[in-house]
Amino acid sequence: MDRHEVTMIVNGRPSTVLVEARKLLVDVLREDLGLTGTHVGCEHGVCGTCTVLLDGRSIRSCTTFAVQADGAQIRTVEGLADGAQLHPLQDEFWDKQGLQCGYCTPGMLMRACEIIDQNPDPTPAQVREGIASNLCRCTGYQFITEAVCAAAARMRADSESSTGAQA
Amino acid sequence: MTTTDRGGAPPVRTHKTDRTWVGKSIRRVEDPKFLRGRGGYVGDMTLPGMVHAAVLRSPHAHARITRIDTTAALAAPGVHAVITGAQAAELCDPLPDFGPAPAQHTWRCLAVNKVRYVGEGVAVAVADSRYLAEDALALIDVDYEPLPVLVDPEQALREGAPLVHEDLGSNCAYERTFQFGDVDRDFAEADVIVTDHLRWHRSGGQPLETVGAVADFDLATGSLTVHTNSLSFTSYLFMVAGTMKIPNNKLDIRPMPAGGSFGSKLFATKPAVLAGMCSRAVGRPVQYLEDRVDNISNCDHHGSDRVYDVQLAVMRDGTLRGIKIDTVDDYGAYIQFGVGHHGNALAQVVGPYRISSVEYRVRAALTNKNQQGAYRGFGSEVNNWMLEQMVDKAARELGLDPVEIRRRNFIREFPHFIPTGNVYDSGDYDAVLDKALELSEYEHWRAEQAKAREEGRYIGIGLITAQERSVFSATEFWFWFDEPGAPVTSMPESVTLKVDATGGITATLYSCAFWGNSPETMVAQLVAEEFDCDPHDVSIVYQGSKNGLPATGPGGSRTTVMLAGAVEGATAKIKAKALRAAAHLMEANPDDLEWVAGGYQVKGVPEQRKTLAEIAIMLHLFKHSFPEDMESGLEDSKVFDHPYTTMPSADRKDLGVFYPFMGHACHVPVVEVDVETGSVRFLAYAAVHDCGTLVNPRSLAGHIVGGTAQGIGTALYEEFVYDDDGQLLASSYLDYLMPTAMEVPELRIGHHETPSPYTLHGIKGGGEGGRMMAPAAINVAVNDALAPLGVRVTELPMTPERLRAAIRAAKAARA
Repeated sequence: MDRHEVTMIVNGRPSTVLVEARKLLVDVLREDLGLTGTHVGCEHGVCGTCTVLLDGRSIRSCTTFAVQADGAQIRTVEGLADGAQLHPLQDEFWDKQGLQCGYCTPGMLMRACEIIDQNPDPTPAQVREGIASNLCRCTGYQFITEAVCAAAARMRADSESSTGAQA
Repeated sequence: MTTTDRGGAPPVRTHKTDRTWVGKSIRRVEDPKFLRGRGGYVGDMTLPGMVHAAVLRSPHAHARITRIDTTAALAAPGVHAVITGAQAAELCDPLPDFGPAPAQHTWRCLAVNKVRYVGEGVAVAVADSRYLAEDALALIDVDYEPLPVLVDPEQALREGAPLVHEDLGSNCAYERTFQFGDVDRDFAEADVIVTDHLRWHRSGGQPLETVGAVADFDLATGSLTVHTNSLSFTSYLFMVAGTMKIPNNKLDIRPMPAGGSFGSKLFATKPAVLAGMCSRAVGRPVQYLEDRVDNISNCDHHGSDRVYDVQLAVMRDGTLRGIKIDTVDDYGAYIQFGVGHHGNALAQVVGPYRISSVEYRVRAALTNKNQQGAYRGFGSEVNNWMLEQMVDKAARELGLDPVEIRRRNFIREFPHFIPTGNVYDSGDYDAVLDKALELSEYEHWRAEQAKAREEGRYIGIGLITAQERSVFSATEFWFWFDEPGAPVTSMPESVTLKVDATGGITATLYSCAFWGNSPETMVAQLVAEEFDCDPHDVSIVYQGSKNGLPATGPGGSRTTVMLAGAVEGATAKIKAKALRAAAHLMEANPDDLEWVAGGYQVKGVPEQRKTLAEIAIMLHLFKHSFPEDMESGLEDSKVFDHPYTTMPSADRKDLGVFYPFMGHACHVPVVEVDVETGSVRFLAYAAVHDCGTLVNPRSLAGHIVGGTAQGIGTALYEEFVYDDDGQLLASSYLDYLMPTAMEVPELRIGHHETPSPYTLHGIKGGGEGGRMMAPAAINVAVNDALAPLGVRVTELPMTPERLRAAIRAAKAARA
């Protein structure tokens, strides 16, 4: 089968792969690039487990062909932490036990990034509506909602203090 | 039904009151790797030369396989092997089966001669990639000769019904009627007999990660290593080895983290066997990971599917006397765990109530559906639902308050033996109820309900009080039979603790993999409590089955209690050695030393002390500083057996103690039903649980919310719907509807702690509780909302379609 060259900027690093047109983005991330943090859940775009950010917008990588992502910026869970320093979302998920089995967590974290990006001060109801795109079978969503709100607060505080420092 | 000591109980313990770590909501020690996307699930694993397997599923519910042609598939690019069911039957023996007559309903990794449900595997292809393996499946040519299909359990039991298994000669895999206590007297003396017909349809765990295995058969040694996200392989490993036709000591099953299970990865042997068979056939490591359709249609772990006819004997004052339960359970095409699900029911069949007699008739029907396995509650949640519907109906018929009828019947003396013979170790049901009434603002909502009714709105309050058994014993799988084939009595769990030369502690767990629960956090907190260290400094290792100590693994909310017992036992051995070593090093009498803050010191002379690290380095490196009989190192293990099991009586009128650590909960959902659309909306939800002493309250709260969310699915949305042709209509998440964050309300959670007298710290299990309560509570709430219309819903899930039908029928009946 014909293979196509696909170049993406994944977590800030350019990567070029040669893949069949039918190969899904999630499989390229996991198999070709070794980024196994993005998981496969339902395989038909319902559960959101495979969520990654493509040019800043959340997408289902299980229903996206890798060739469609040619030239795109991709962000996955592996791009969240800064070395040993967890992203505020990761830290708050840990603190509030916003995860149990951890399988939906990467997708949930990436979706939460987008929610906070679009609305830095979401209410719990807005978070619930936002994460309704993603299924979690363990937590019942309550502690995820708490974690996202807490992370948003921290990120607002961080951004205010860095703005303040600049001023 | 007495509170006397019947023997067999472990000693009553005095619990430590000044706990440091047990009871604290520490951050879970498992989490950092999952938060970073470094969970290491089975799908993340690759081995050099690894190839991939995919399974061809049957499109027919019941059909004879007349021909399979694999020629084209074998010739396809990248294909290493294609194995049909008939070929697989040569390579492997039937799958491990705890059912009543395995030889008469033989279960194999792929179907041979005929398929018995949609989704059953008929062939497996192995290729360089999953894509190529699935390409090969499309080239396999199978001829089927369709047979009559059975999807209704009651029809399956009728005389002359087509047979799912010809060798069995019937579709009834098991039938028996048990009587416990004086049923006839209780029914003769009752003022009222409340009866009902109830229907619970099948749902399932549906973890977001499917079941899978990476198998590596070593042709040089004849050894098979299987990495899998299923578990509980240590005690029954030999059964899998038997299926693979290899010696038990040549099989090593290594646990991998499971992306959720909820029971559905319990002893899931088929993926491991398929991968192992393929690896041996092609001489390379093979990964087989179910896809979502495999998992929905062919996972062997659908939940209960029951029809109930129930009679409840009641006095006019609300006193509950006796209950007669007649249930048909649709097991699907096979029955791997027998009717153990009904053992779960019998463990707490009378709920928290002083019901003095029980008749229990169970019939296990075989039909053309995927078979039952385990789903959070294992059949006890269905019993809770049935009993609470009956109590609720009794209250309505007698004109009693739902709170009052429950209080009037609460068990208040412990230990309490219920009619089946099982014991409730401890509890305080009034305290839980009081807390729930307050937390839920019960009176406020009753007032709101009255106001809403005046406005033509239908608000319902669903108060239920029910049990959550924990720590099962094996007897519940065989007391069904007068002459059981394998009356197993061992249900151990083991832990090894190693104190290294620097005093660092590593705990090894056996058969007890991570599957979303918190075994590492539990063990870390328990070890920290014993050794006065930081739980985040404890290392946890999971051992494969090959070098495993006896262990049974998770199931029946047993993990924390059993691991606690094992940690306590291993700690005692290590501390005994450390004490002797410390005494020797300080030239003191061991009796003069005491354990304080992570070391041994002379009583009254705290400056004379040796820390655990100081003792450990001496024991590791300075053998000649000790008496000759002291071995180097500081490591020990404990095989902790089930602490409280007694044997059933020969006549099975007393099943013995088999589920002794009895939790309890009260759930109070408040719902509003839209009578025009049949939709149900939560206005509030309060849940108070008593699972004994809490180890990590946040972790238990997580189980309560998560289990309640699954219970909401069971009550309102989730159903594996099979049509009359046996086609599975809910074969994707577009049709199998699980709750999102919009369907699950914010829960108010309350904990009450009645310690068990028999376990370390008084811990009871609590991992299943949310789902054991929510379906009952939501059904009661909906019925409470619709009571003014004369509607009583007796079938789950309460989909809009079913609610509308019930409302229409009630209107028609009145007109």
